[in-house]
Amino acid sequence: MMKRKVRSETLYFALRNNKLRVGLSVVLFFLVLTFVGPLLTRYAPYDYVNPLGAQPPSAKYWFGTTMFGQDVFTQFVYGLKATFLVGVVGGGLGTLIGVIVGFTAGYRGGMVDEALNMLTNIILVIPTLAILLIIAAYLKVRGIMTESVFIGCTAWPWAARAIRAQTFSLRSRDFVDLARLSGMSPWRIIFTEIAPNMMSYLLLVFILQFGGAILNAATLDFIGLGPTNAVSLGLMMNNAVLWGALLLGIWWWFIPPGLAIMAIVGALYVTNVGLDEVFNPKLREM
Amino acid sequence: MRRYLGRKLLIYVLTFFLAVTIDWLIPRFMPGDPVQTMLSRASLHAEAVEVMYGYYTRAFGLDVPVWQQYLNFWNAIFHGDLGTSVYLFPQPVIKIILRAVPYDVFLLLPAVLLSWFAGNWFGAFAARNKWLDNTLLPLGYILTATPYMWLGIVLAWAFGVVWGIFPIAGAYGFSLRPHLSWTFIGSVLKHWFLPFASIFLVKFGGWAIGMRNMIIYELEADYSHYLEALGAPRGLIRKYAFRNAILPQITGLSLDLGVIVAGALVTEVVFSYPGIGYLILQAIQNQDYFLIQGCFLFIIIGVLLANFAIDIAYVIVDPRTRLGMMGESA
Repeated sequence: MMKRKVRSETLYFALRNNKLRVGLSVVLFFLVLTFVGPLLTRYAPYDYVNPLGAQPPSAKYWFGTTMFGQDVFTQFVYGLKATFLVGVVGGGLGTLIGVIVGFTAGYRGGMVDEALNMLTNIILVIPTLAILLIIAAYLKVRGIMTESVFIGCTAWPWAARAIRAQTFSLRSRDFVDLARLSGMSPWRIIFTEIAPNMMSYLLLVFILQFGGAILNAATLDFIGLGPTNAVSLGLMMNNAVLWGALLLGIWWWFIPPGLAIMAIVGALYVTNVGLDEVFNPKLREM
Repeated sequence: MRRYLGRKLLIYVLTFFLAVTIDWLIPRFMPGDPVQTMLSRASLHAEAVEVMYGYYTRAFGLDVPVWQQYLNFWNAIFHGDLGTSVYLFPQPVIKIILRAVPYDVFLLLPAVLLSWFAGNWFGAFAARNKWLDNTLLPLGYILTATPYMWLGIVLAWAFGVVWGIFPIAGAYGFSLRPHLSWTFIGSVLKHWFLPFASIFLVKFGGWAIGMRNMIIYELEADYSHYLEALGAPRGLIRKYAFRNAILPQITGLSLDLGVIVAGALVTEVVFSYPGIGYLILQAIQNQDYFLIQGCFLFIIIGVLLANFAIDIAYVIVDPRTRLGMMGESA
């Protein structure tokens, strides 16, 4: 009964939070476009459809065509799919590893904590992109899935650190002590006593990992280490710059992909702040 | 203080160790034969290929046991030997990289420091100010979500191509040779401005938001309410809040270095700015693995040095670390 009331109260504040509403709407808009977009276009991303080469946006080619006469809109909607995929898989994996390492370190304490914390701090110092770069450079065939997995495997340290700190503050609470006295196994305590109390926090971590994975993928794609067999927003920008779209003024080639990444990641950040306000009464705007 | 810095140093030494190990491990355990790929991709003379092949077999030292290869790799690194570039044959990798490093420092140091100071100042100013909170902070979120290269591309296109105010490629005019004169310095600054601006703007948004959130937390803390109850002036409470909020921002700076480095790399690619980022692009396009590995090592070394500098700054700012009590970042 009590729990239900708390939940409906959260929902009440969630529905009235402007940041949450705006952020979620933008993300949803792009998500819908990802699924509907491919139905709106007759071409494949790399088809040469326009013999005239680069043409500005028109009724026939909504976002114009590239220097090779490829339809920008088609590339854009297929690229969006890659973006969301990287976000879900890379962000999800990063969160998962962060959760496992963070919970283990925070709950166990002692030597396990020391060792895991040291490992986290070490990997935290190495720039993610530098590792991704050196791995990707040696892989001849790269898919979006491989890229996502590598991004997830390198993005977890800050999540682990944050979750460890939260777990630390929860593990000496009375209800956790009680659970321990009743003989529950450590992992059961973590999942039934500790995790539910930081669900909101984990959600925030996932959203930030999601956004970070998208930006990381875009960076990797842009320097030419993106997927070799697919289309992505970062790859579109890479091609545009490589083939001199800047000097030729083909703005419709490089504006949409970056704008979409900015909108999606920005909306995720705003959603994050909105959620933070919903979960944390101190931050609510009255 | 000793303990604090000692612990940090240990982490950095281990990080360097791990980085070198990765650098050694990946080329050897990835599928395919990198030496073959590298040589077949590079268009070299026949005798050059022979020299290179002999060189690589020796460099990779595939005829000795694995542990020996690993020790040799370390030995080479301590002698400053990172191999010979294929793309710029026969220049040693270390020379090529050392030529690029000054440009990175010149671009990154001002961009990182200025955006940090400006962002913190502005964020503190905007916190709990309804008008600024609602108008300018959304802008901050948009800026911090902007991919670096895209902002770079848009700035280059708008200011370079459409309005023609700034050049969009290189570090100085193509007709100039590096020398000390006002024309040259002017040209360098002109080429520097747009890459600097794109890094600065993205980071500025991030720091402003971080500071704004920290200040709001601090203003809700007990000591702030206590001061308020005592009737302290608003300015004084904010000053205390600022001094507490700046600590996580310093930690944030060291946590963010990796992202900033990535941003700088792609910004250099956009503007053909001859730093390490641009070098990496060329190394990738030419499959020059030794150059990529060298760049990787130098990025790590740079980040470690920067981290250590930030740690020292932290010790100066936070008295708790000096007294042997662990600060929040430990």
